[in-house]
Amino acid sequence: MTDLWWGVVAVAVGCYLLKLAGLAVPEHLLEHPFTVRAAALIPVGLLAALVAVQGFSDGDRVLVDARVGGLLVAAFLLWRKVPFLPMLIAAAATAALIRLVA
Amino acid sequence: MSAVSDRQVITDSLGVGVGVGLYGVSFGALATTSGLTVAQACVLSLLAFTGASQFAFIGVVAAGGTPTAGALTAVLLGARNTFYGITLAPLLRVRGLRRLATAHLVIDESTAMAVTRDSVRQSRIGFFWTGVSIFLIWNLMTLVGAVAGNAIGDPKAIGLDAAVAAAFLGLLWPRLDTPATRWLALLAAVVALGLVPSTPAGTPIIVGGLLAVVVGMQFLKAAPEVTE
Repeated sequence: MTDLWWGVVAVAVGCYLLKLAGLAVPEHLLEHPFTVRAAALIPVGLLAALVAVQGFSDGDRVLVDARVGGLLVAAFLLWRKVPFLPMLIAAAATAALIRLVA
Repeated sequence: MSAVSDRQVITDSLGVGVGVGLYGVSFGALATTSGLTVAQACVLSLLAFTGASQFAFIGVVAAGGTPTAGALTAVLLGARNTFYGITLAPLLRVRGLRRLATAHLVIDESTAMAVTRDSVRQSRIGFFWTGVSIFLIWNLMTLVGAVAGNAIGDPKAIGLDAAVAAAFLGLLWPRLDTPATRWLALLAAVVALGLVPSTPAGTPIIVGGLLAVVVGMQFLKAAPEVTE
């Protein structure tokens, strides 16, 4: 098996066990306010970091390219409450168009 | 709040199920253009079945991160499902094998469609109809997207790299509902980008994201009126 397969298996097993834990673990073990708040903040931190790295870098350095145009369009459409899939298509089309013209 | 019929709950759940399930096509396409095989994309949708974690894994891998860094990011994101489960447990009251199967359906949307109901009965209807319909359509559309993604020559030419960034923004957006979370998101983004030149791919996401959480915990403790 390749490393990628091990990663896929780790994600599958890890994510399933976390789901099961919520239904199976006694409530009082996990309902501490500190834990609850941390769990609400983790997606915010990770997703924001993912937006930044995926939108403004090539993995090795920070750069601004056609993707930023796509992200700006995405942000506008999200603000206008446009559904997920049309928003994604508009973001991709914007970046593709900028690359075509540039 | 006026009484809602079971039929209305089912209709609402199917609406969410179809809408969310359809964007499995974007996951499938982005997965194969990020270097995963069709089988790997499908296994993630079948067995991990939690959108944000799946996107995170392919995002980190596509950026050149190790599968380990990708898996760590994905599993950390999946931790919120544990807390959904705690909220759902008293409503669903499942044991044994039924619990093992039900756990797989604990995701953002099935939770949202369950906890907003007036009765336990309708919570269960909302949870299962939403969860099962998303599961079926999400997996079918992942396969369609993955096969289509394989046929795409240069993903950048049609802007798919921008679509990955937009997908994360779309998942983040509903969480930016307080000034505190907006500042936290900005901090995570700035720290992550600051680390990009000096650390291996994947590291900036985990360090930036978790550092923001640590700072956020301190900040929110100092100013509890900011929380809901």
